[in-house]
Amino acid sequence: MSDVWTTVVVLTVATAVIRASGPVSVGGRELPRPLMRVIALVAASLLAALVMVETFAGGDDTLELDERALGVAAAGGVLLVRHDALLRAILVAAAVAALARAI
Amino acid sequence: MSFQEHGADALVIREEKGERAREDSRRRVEAGIRAGIPFAVAAAMVAISFGVVARPVMGTVAPIVMSAIVFAGSAQFAAVAVLAAGGSAVAAVVAGVLLNARYFPMGVALAASLRGGPLRRAAIGQAMIDASWAMASRGGGRFDPAFMVGATLPTYPCWVGGTAVGVLAGDVIGDPERLGLDVLFPAFFLGLLVGELRGGKLAVAAACLGAAIALALTPFTPAGVPIIAASAAALLGLAGNDNGRVDTETRG
Repeated sequence: MSDVWTTVVVLTVATAVIRASGPVSVGGRELPRPLMRVIALVAASLLAALVMVETFAGGDDTLELDERALGVAAAGGVLLVRHDALLRAILVAAAVAALARAI
Repeated sequence: MSFQEHGADALVIREEKGERAREDSRRRVEAGIRAGIPFAVAAAMVAISFGVVARPVMGTVAPIVMSAIVFAGSAQFAAVAVLAAGGSAVAAVVAGVLLNARYFPMGVALAASLRGGPLRRAAIGQAMIDASWAMASRGGGRFDPAFMVGATLPTYPCWVGGTAVGVLAGDVIGDPERLGLDVLFPAFFLGLLVGELRGGKLAVAAACLGAAIALALTPFTPAGVPIIAASAAALLGLAGNDNGRVDTETRG
């Protein structure tokens, strides 16, 4: 099998196992209150990290300040005005990044 | 429609309580589908850029199959980047696994809200993607699994179809970055983050700490590690108490 198909097949199995592991290992029972308070904060922590990495991480594990930051900042501006205008925010972000790259 | 009619007939013999629960979960799946459409639009455009990037490295069939059975954007981009740089299959898989490792803490968070046996829980775990998982968060560590499954449904055909468009029409589309498609996901995640921050001061603190951890580790660790490490910021929850805003302010 070529490297490409090996990657596709093995990554498929690995991803399915990872996605199943959390629900299978701790699912179906009440968790202690302190753990629930930790879980309540996982989304905020992970989403903030995703925004940072996808905005500032360059190709070779470097930090870069480029047109992506302008686009994401523009999305932030839209969300400041209307926090539920998600679709508008991402379209403005893409437009601003595209415009900044064009000029 | 026919399902609904059949349901109405069966109502006579079936226990009313079970029927109501099923009806309720169907409604939550439908609410999830509606809420998932904006992300599906973004995912379609990002998938087009994935198809464009993947075709020279993987050919025409493999990227589409990959989107259909891996169904995890950042891991797919990472694996293709490794292969494009001449890396081995092992290196490509490791990169993809590191980026998908965040599904473990996400799955643990989701798990407390899941009912049923291990097989059913494992199946629901397959519907985890960042956006629908975050949209299904109901505060206080609770999640709505039916809503999450619904929110993922529109994204699946968009992700696979978008990849096919990118692979087949790559020459026409050109450089996806020229169109700003690479900022769609971070902008979307920012929107979801804004919703999470209304959970109170602890959520804001966890977001700031998570962002700082991710930025600090990016220059020193392989891609994916900064994001998993950032989930440690959630341990701030141990500093809260059950009367705190994070716990009491549910259903935003």
